[in-house]
Amino acid sequence: MEEERFDKANRDLMGTQLFTNRTMAFMFPGMMLVMYGVTLTIVWVSAHRIDEGTLQVGAMTAFITYSMQIVISFLMLTVMSVMLPRAGVAADRIEEVLTTETVIVDPESPEKAGTHRGEIHFSGVSFRYPGADTDALENIEFTASPGKTTAIIGSTGCGKSTLINLIPRFYDVTEGCITIDGMDIRKMAKSELRDMIGMVPQKGVLFSGTIGSNLRFGRPEASDEEVRKAAEIAQAMEFISSNEEGFDRSISQGGSNVSGGQKQRLAIARAIVKDPKIYIFDDSFSALDMKTDAQLRKALGAYVKNAAVIIVAQRISTIMNADQIIVLDEGRIAGIGTHKELLESCGTYQQIASSQLSESELEKSTGGGSNE
Amino acid sequence: MSENNQTPRRKGPPMGGGRFAPGEKPKNFKGTIRKLTGYIGIYKIPIIIVMVLAAVATVFSVAGPKIMAKATNALFDGLMRKIAGTGGIDFGYIGKILLFTLGLYIFSSVVSFLQGWIMAGISQKISFRMRKDISEKIGRMPMKYFESRTYGEVLSRITNDVDTLGMTLNQSITQIITSVATLIGILVMMLSISPLMTLISLVILPVSGALLSLVIKKSQKHFRTQQEYLGHINGQVEESYGGHTVIQAFNKEEETVDDFCRTNDILYKSAWKSQFLSGIMMPVMTFVGNMGYAGVAISGGMLAIKGVIGIGDIQAFIQYVKQFTQPIQQIAQVINQVQSMAAAAERVFEFLDEEEEEQEPSDPVQLDNVKGNVSFSHVSFGYVPDKIVIGDFSAEVSAGQKIAIVGPTGAGKTTMVKLLMRFYDVNSGTISLDSTDIRRIPRRKLRENFGMVLQDTWLFNGTIMENIRYGRLDATDEEVIAAAKAAHAHHFIKSLPNGYNMVLNEDASNVSQGQKQLLTIARAILADSKVMILDEATSSVDTRTESLIQDAMDRLMSGRTSFIIAHRLSTIRNADLILVMRDGDIVEQGAHDELLARNGFYAQLYNSQFESA
Repeated sequence: MEEERFDKANRDLMGTQLFTNRTMAFMFPGMMLVMYGVTLTIVWVSAHRIDEGTLQVGAMTAFITYSMQIVISFLMLTVMSVMLPRAGVAADRIEEVLTTETVIVDPESPEKAGTHRGEIHFSGVSFRYPGADTDALENIEFTASPGKTTAIIGSTGCGKSTLINLIPRFYDVTEGCITIDGMDIRKMAKSELRDMIGMVPQKGVLFSGTIGSNLRFGRPEASDEEVRKAAEIAQAMEFISSNEEGFDRSISQGGSNVSGGQKQRLAIARAIVKDPKIYIFDDSFSALDMKTDAQLRKALGAYVKNAAVIIVAQRISTIMNADQIIVLDEGRIAGIGTHKELLESCGTYQQIASSQLSESELEKSTGGGSNE
Repeated sequence: MSENNQTPRRKGPPMGGGRFAPGEKPKNFKGTIRKLTGYIGIYKIPIIIVMVLAAVATVFSVAGPKIMAKATNALFDGLMRKIAGTGGIDFGYIGKILLFTLGLYIFSSVVSFLQGWIMAGISQKISFRMRKDISEKIGRMPMKYFESRTYGEVLSRITNDVDTLGMTLNQSITQIITSVATLIGILVMMLSISPLMTLISLVILPVSGALLSLVIKKSQKHFRTQQEYLGHINGQVEESYGGHTVIQAFNKEEETVDDFCRTNDILYKSAWKSQFLSGIMMPVMTFVGNMGYAGVAISGGMLAIKGVIGIGDIQAFIQYVKQFTQPIQQIAQVINQVQSMAAAAERVFEFLDEEEEEQEPSDPVQLDNVKGNVSFSHVSFGYVPDKIVIGDFSAEVSAGQKIAIVGPTGAGKTTMVKLLMRFYDVNSGTISLDSTDIRRIPRRKLRENFGMVLQDTWLFNGTIMENIRYGRLDATDEEVIAAAKAAHAHHFIKSLPNGYNMVLNEDASNVSQGQKQLLTIARAILADSKVMILDEATSSVDTRTESLIQDAMDRLMSGRTSFIIAHRLSTIRNADLILVMRDGDIVEQGAHDELLARNGFYAQLYNSQFESA
């Protein structure tokens, strides 16, 4: 069956190419014929004119040369008439990019934040994507305090990633406001705001260079000691040191020469090196196995004592020890609380939990595991 | 002839003006051309016909100006006679010659059209056969080939390389013939008109040749830099676009732009230099050409005064001189084209000559009514012979049992699957299905007996009905629907526009990830294979769909021997046998409780989930 489908596509392709090639095969002799036909006609007509004495033989030769030049110019024109519209389309597209306005702009006179503790507060935040009919987020209200872990969980498309993208101002809120240490983030300079945040995206995006240059991405002046420490916390030391080149091992474009799990760990280490006040993990543990995931969170928890940590996750085991869990459902907060509280009060959370854990595991998690 | 045939359909390098850009060179030119000749051998006779036709068309069109010169001569002589009062212009004679020349041109055009027609047919049939060969070859290739290469690489052989080949074949064979024939023909004609004038016009050849090579040598370097930096620019743009949010989040916008500007600047400098150099090529050539033109006109005029040649001859000669440099340029260009064609052909042949999986065992066993007993006895395997990853693994799996394969990421969980499906063969020991060594079962038959549901769902551009039916081609519509119901897919299919007849687009992006998985499960249910291989991870699926998938998978597994790359603890606990993998090796095997009691790697893995952070 697969072969049949390929055969059909292959045959179709041959048909089309054959047609275009044969049209081309016709074009060229056709053009030649026109040119020579013109020459012959000129000679015939000029012969009569010469006979009448109204034309000189030399003028005829010149005339033939001119007519050839005209024919060739026409050929050039046809080629150009094919190329010009293409150039036009290309120019339009470039123009479209160049005239797109930046929506997120720095305030004219950014205010300086006094102390950076890193307390994030969402008050009545709603957000709607440009051109969308409904709000992607509706009336979100919570506080993420320094030294505490805030987890966000919910099904695909419920607005988790949207929510955290609002914090570094990749988008601006439609309603309400987000404050850090009491100051509206729209009043800060973007660079200052983003300096405070260590973000680990869903896909561990790396850049060409070395492991070292990637880890120092956020803070080029970081010492070797700091970089090593960060790699240890991110559980990346094992595979980094398994290669003789260690931190000098080169990373190819887009990080295609390291595995998905390794990329995520490097991306996490990169954020740690930056030493920010606020950590944001956007489903950053998904490519890690449960064991590495657990070790990493343990090490991280011990290290980032004073920072606010926000974790988005799909796996309940990743987040059930968080200080505060926010359950999102279709852009609204369906519940806020600890694992234990939510299991009792929040239907959506129960559903997620029971689909991932068995009853005995649930019991174990609420009984022995938690540490409030 | 051939005033303008280099214009049609040439894929130049992206910045244009690349007429003199260095082409790609094959590693082994001679060998590849020999292979190519062998490949196109069955078209030997049509190709010879094409060559003859091309030569004929050229000879006729080259003869044109010379014959037409007679008309001009007659015209001039007639005029002279008229002035002298001895007669007039013989229009009858001129008319006859013109008509004859017209006939000649028409004939030449028809012949050259015919030649193009046949050649297009041949080259397209060759491309067709090549694509077919490649596609069939892909089916016979061992897995390891694709693991070491990107899809793009393989794909580019089917599309770009075959395309280059077809296009160049179409043009170059005839172009070589016509160029050479034109060159010789014109030279003969010129000599027949006047050896002296021929000499004068030939003098310009080395001059223009020297100028040309000087400019090419200068521009080549810049063209190379231009190509190289175009590649760098592409890479940079791709990277910074892909990592856009990261760049923003780390305040790296300015540095990225600076980086880009540096590369862009180098590209700009090399591009303008190369464009400028190839731009002055035309004026220089025209200037040299016009010098020759003047030389011919002066010497021709003098010869005509002496009465050695006629006015018409000068006119014909000028036409010949104008055409003379063209075939030379064309030959240079064709050589370039043939070289990149050979490079493309080389890659295609390289692929076609790759080692294949042997298809049929020497003593094939026909398996009917497979029950699904799988046994591993002293299996040892390594991707490279001296690095064994599975050493002496034995296990008996009876029909209907569930085997969970667990382990951290990168532990080699798919290795077992690859061995079962015989993408790789064991180094020693045996894997057998219903006590028949799987190496004695023809690959096709063997794989028919395994059903697979993987994380990367594979659906094709066709209706949902067709996609499910892919599991078993002779299934009736009712059977397909029954399978969809069993897979919990019926409900959502019904809610789609056109239901079962909805056409999935090329990358099946018009249904969600979870729905895709349900469809592949339906397909596996329909196929009713006795042994199932499942990959469980469903991280990108919402919880409701996930429970549907889980339920469908459970149904699929009941009554079948199933190997599951498991992530969910409930699946793992219910498994009859758990294989624990670590660093490519099976470190532990047994049932859940047994393994927990052993307190080894599995226990560690299992408990780690509940450690507090």
